[in-house]
Amino acid sequence: MILQAIAFYVFSTVLVGAAFMVIAARNPVHSVLFLILAFFSAAGLFVLLGAEFIAMILVVVYVGAVAVLFLFVVMMLDIDFVELRRGFLQYLPTGVVIGLIILGELLLVAGIAIVTPETAGLAAHPIPSVATRTNTGALGDILYTNYIFLFQAAGIILLIAMIGAIVLTLRSREGVKKQNISDQVNRRREDGVEKVTVRPGQGI
Amino acid sequence: MLYQTIVLLPAIGALAAGLFGKWLGPRGSGIVTCTLMVLTALLSFIAFYQVAVAGNVPEQAVIFFTWFDVGALEADWAIRVDTLTVVMFVVVNTVSSMVHIYSVGYMSHDPYRPRFFALLSMFTFAMLMLVTADNFLQLFFGWEGVGLASYLLIGFWYKKPSANAAAIKAFIVNRVGDFGFALGIMAIFFVFGSVDFDTVFAMAPSMAGREFEFLGQQFDILTTICLLLFMGAMGKSAQFLLHTWLPDAMEGPTPVSALIHAATMVTAGVFLVCRCSYLFEYAPGALAVVAVVGAVTAFATATMALVQYDIKRVIAYSTCSQLGYMFFAAGVGAYDAAMFHLFTHAFFKALLFLGAGSVIHGLGDEQDMRKMGGLAKQLPWTAGLMIIGTLAITGVGIPYTIVGFAGFVSKDVIIETAYEAATAPGLFAFWMGLTAVAMTSFYSWRVIFMTFFGKSRAGQQALEQAHESPAVMMIPLIILALGAVFAGAAFHSFFVGAGQEHFWQEALLFVGDEHAVAGMADGPALPRWVVWGPFAMMLVGLVWSYHWYIRRPDIPQRIADNNGILYRFLLNKWYFDEIYDFLFVEPTKKLGHFLWKQGDGWLIDGFGPDGVATSVLATTRRIVKVQTGYVYHYAFVMLIGIALFVTYYYVRSVGAF
Amino acid sequence: MEIGLGNYLSVAAIIFTLGIFGIFLNKKNVIIILMSIELMLLAVNINLVAFSAFLGDLVGQVFALFVLTVAAAEAAVGLAILVVYFRNRGDIDVENINLMKG
Repeated sequence: MILQAIAFYVFSTVLVGAAFMVIAARNPVHSVLFLILAFFSAAGLFVLLGAEFIAMILVVVYVGAVAVLFLFVVMMLDIDFVELRRGFLQYLPTGVVIGLIILGELLLVAGIAIVTPETAGLAAHPIPSVATRTNTGALGDILYTNYIFLFQAAGIILLIAMIGAIVLTLRSREGVKKQNISDQVNRRREDGVEKVTVRPGQGI
Repeated sequence: MLYQTIVLLPAIGALAAGLFGKWLGPRGSGIVTCTLMVLTALLSFIAFYQVAVAGNVPEQAVIFFTWFDVGALEADWAIRVDTLTVVMFVVVNTVSSMVHIYSVGYMSHDPYRPRFFALLSMFTFAMLMLVTADNFLQLFFGWEGVGLASYLLIGFWYKKPSANAAAIKAFIVNRVGDFGFALGIMAIFFVFGSVDFDTVFAMAPSMAGREFEFLGQQFDILTTICLLLFMGAMGKSAQFLLHTWLPDAMEGPTPVSALIHAATMVTAGVFLVCRCSYLFEYAPGALAVVAVVGAVTAFATATMALVQYDIKRVIAYSTCSQLGYMFFAAGVGAYDAAMFHLFTHAFFKALLFLGAGSVIHGLGDEQDMRKMGGLAKQLPWTAGLMIIGTLAITGVGIPYTIVGFAGFVSKDVIIETAYEAATAPGLFAFWMGLTAVAMTSFYSWRVIFMTFFGKSRAGQQALEQAHESPAVMMIPLIILALGAVFAGAAFHSFFVGAGQEHFWQEALLFVGDEHAVAGMADGPALPRWVVWGPFAMMLVGLVWSYHWYIRRPDIPQRIADNNGILYRFLLNKWYFDEIYDFLFVEPTKKLGHFLWKQGDGWLIDGFGPDGVATSVLATTRRIVKVQTGYVYHYAFVMLIGIALFVTYYYVRSVGAF
Repeated sequence: MEIGLGNYLSVAAIIFTLGIFGIFLNKKNVIIILMSIELMLLAVNINLVAFSAFLGDLVGQVFALFVLTVAAAEAAVGLAILVVYFRNRGDIDVENINLMKG
C-alpha cells in the first residue's frame, strides 16, 4: 500500500510538473521533451491501475510516434526562441479565473463522487482476474468480438489521416527527375519508335 | 331624350376636342365644340319652353344608372328636370355657346386651342351635371367638376407663374368651402338617411326645430345643415371671407372669366341655396346668416371695386357684389328674385367681360385702365355694347314699371323685397344694397369713362394699333346685349311677376309671407322713396363718376393722395390677402415645414428606416470586433462557454440557487 | 493511505486545466496549442482508465484505446496542416493568424 501511494504521488507530481513545463518552456524543443516525460509518467500511472496494455501503447504510439513527429516538425520549422510577449498579461487574470473555476468544479465532482454499490454488477465487461487472463488478452477478447466495427472504423480513421497528411504536404519540386508511371504505361509505338531512312554516309 | 342630349352634347364636345385635338387641329376643335354648344343652347330653349312656360315638368327623373348602392346610401346618376333646372340650362348654355364662339376669335393666336375648347366644354358638362342633379352626391360631383375646370382654365397659360398661383388659390379657397359642403352632405345623410333630393325635401318639415347636442350645447339640426351647405356656396360664389380667389382668377383668359367667373360657376352657390329652399325655409337662422353675408359682400366688394385699375378686376369685384345681391335676396326668402337676378346678371356680366376682352384684344393685351382713354373713336361697337351692359348693371329704368334694362328690373325687385321683409337682416340688407347701387353705378361708369372717353392716356403706338374686334367676337356680344336689354322686361312676369306660380311650380318653396314680388302686382304698397331709391342712387353714382372722370379728372388723384390710408385700404382689397397670409398661410407653411423636418425627418426617418439602418450598422460594427481572427481568442471563448455550462449543470444537480 | 478514485480524477483534472491554459495563454507558436490538446486527451485517458479500474469494467480501457487512436490521427493531420501553413506564411506566430478577421 505504501509503495503504491509513494509511486502514485511520484508519478503524478512528475506528470503535473512536466505538463506545466510543456506550456511554460521557452524553447519549443524543451516543450516537446517535457511532453514525452509527461507521457512516460502517465504510462506509469496506468501500470499502477492495472492497465498495462494501455500503458505500453501509450509509450509506443504517443511517445514513439506522436511526440517524435512533434519533434520532427519543431526541428524542421526552425522556430526561434520567443520571449514572453507583452500581451500575455492581457488575458492572464480572466484566464486564470476561468481555469481555476473549471479545476475547482472538477475537483469537487471528484471529491464528492460516490460509487454506488450496484454499479459493480453493472459492468459491461468485467475485468477478469489477472490469474485467468492478462489485461492484453482480456482487451483482445472483447475488442475483436464486441467492438470489431469500432476497431475497423478506427483503422479507417488512421488510413484517412495518413492520406490526408500526405495530400496536404505533398509537393512536387521543379528540376527533380521523377518517373511518371502512367505515362510510361500509356506510351504508344509512335511515341517511342521512329523510322528514319538513313542514307549511307549521312547521319540522322 | 331631350334632357340627356342637352347634358351629354358638351361632354361629347369635350372628349372630341380633348382626345382628338391633335387630329382636329385648333380650327377643327373650335368648330366641333361651338357647333355642339350652339345645338345645346337651342335645345335648352326648347326645354325651357316645355317645362317652364308650358308647364310639362317630367314626373320622374331620368336615371342613367345606379352609382352607389351601399347599405343605406343609394345614389343614382339621374337627370332631374324642373323649372330651376331649365332656367339654369338657358343661362349656362347660352353664355357658354356665346363664349365658345367668342373664343374662336379671341384665342386665334393661341396654339393650344383644342385644350381650351375641350376644357370649356368639360366645364359646361360639369355645370349641367350640377344643375340636373337628382341627389346631393351628383351635385357635389358637378360642384367639384366645375372647380376642377376652373382651376385648369385659370391656369391655362401654365407657363406664367402668376397664373399657376392664381389657379391654386382658387382651388384651395374653393376647397375650404367644399369642406363645409361635404360636411353638410354627410350631415344630411346622417339625419335623413338619404341624399336624394325628393326624399330629403319631403322629410324636411319633420326635422324643423329639432335639435342635437354637441359639446354640451344644443344646436338646431336644419340650421346647422344649411349653414354647412352655405359654406360651400360661399366658397364657390366668392362671398365675403372666401372671396379672395375671384379677382386673382382674372389671370385666366377673358372668355374664361366671362363664362366661369361671371355667369355660371359662381352662380352655382346661388343655385344651391335655391335648390335647397325646401331646407332653408325651415331654418330661419341660416337664412338670416345668408342674408347678412350677402349684404356685406355686396357692400364690401363694391368698395373694393371703386379704386381698382385693372379693367377685369373691376368687373370681377362687380360680380362678387352682384352675387351678394342674389344671396341676400335668397336670405330674405325671395328665391325667385335671386334666380331672376342670376338670369339677367349672366347676360350683362358676360357682355361686360367679353366687351372688356374686346378692348384688351384691340389694345394688344393691355389691361390697365390708366393706360386707356378716348377709345370710343377706335372701338365704336365695343364702346356701344359696353355702355349697354353698363346701363343694364347699374339698373337704368323707369320705376313703377317694368320698362328698363335687365339689371333694373331684377335688382330693384331685390332691394324692394329686402325692405318688405322688415326683419333685421332684411333691413340691413336693404341699406347695404341701396348704398351698393350707388357704388355699382360709380365704378361701372368709371370703367366706361376711363376706357372710352376723355383724354387718352394710351401711348401713341397703342392708339394707332387699336382696332375693332372681328365679327366672330362681336356677334356674341350683340346677342348678349339683346339679352341684357330685353331679358328683364320679357321674363319679369315669369320669374317674379304674376305668372310665377305657374312658372316655378314646385321647384322652390316659400313658407309664410316672406316671399317676393315687390310692390308690383300684390302685397301692400311700398313707400315711394323705397321704389325711387335705387333709381336715385344710380343717378348719384352716374353724376359723381362723370364729374370725377370727365369734367375734373384731377380730382381722383387728389382724393387718393389726401386719403392715403383709405385709398390703400380699398386698393389692397381690405388687406384680406395679407390677413389670410398671416393667419393661415404662414402658420400652415410653418406647420408643414415642422412636420417635414421634425416629424418626418427626425422622428419617422430617424427612428424608422434611417434610424434602423444606422443602428444596425453601428451594432454590426461593434459586433464585428468579436471576430478578431485569432484562433486562441475563439478557444478562449469556447472555454468560457464550457465553464458556464459546467457551472450550470453542477449547480442544478446540487440543487443550490 | 488509500489511493482512491478521487486521486486519479484530481490528477486528470489538473492536467486538463493545464492543457486549457496552454491553449489560450500561449503567445509563442501554434505547436504549443497542438501539444496542449495532447495533454487534454491524456487527461481524458487517465480518467477513463481510472474509472475502468475502479468500476471493474473493461469498456473504459477499450474507449481509451480508441481515444488514443484518434488522438494520433489528429496530431498527424494537425501537424501536416501546420507544415503547409508554415510553407505559405513563413512563420507560425500565433498573433499573425488573423486572416479570419471580420
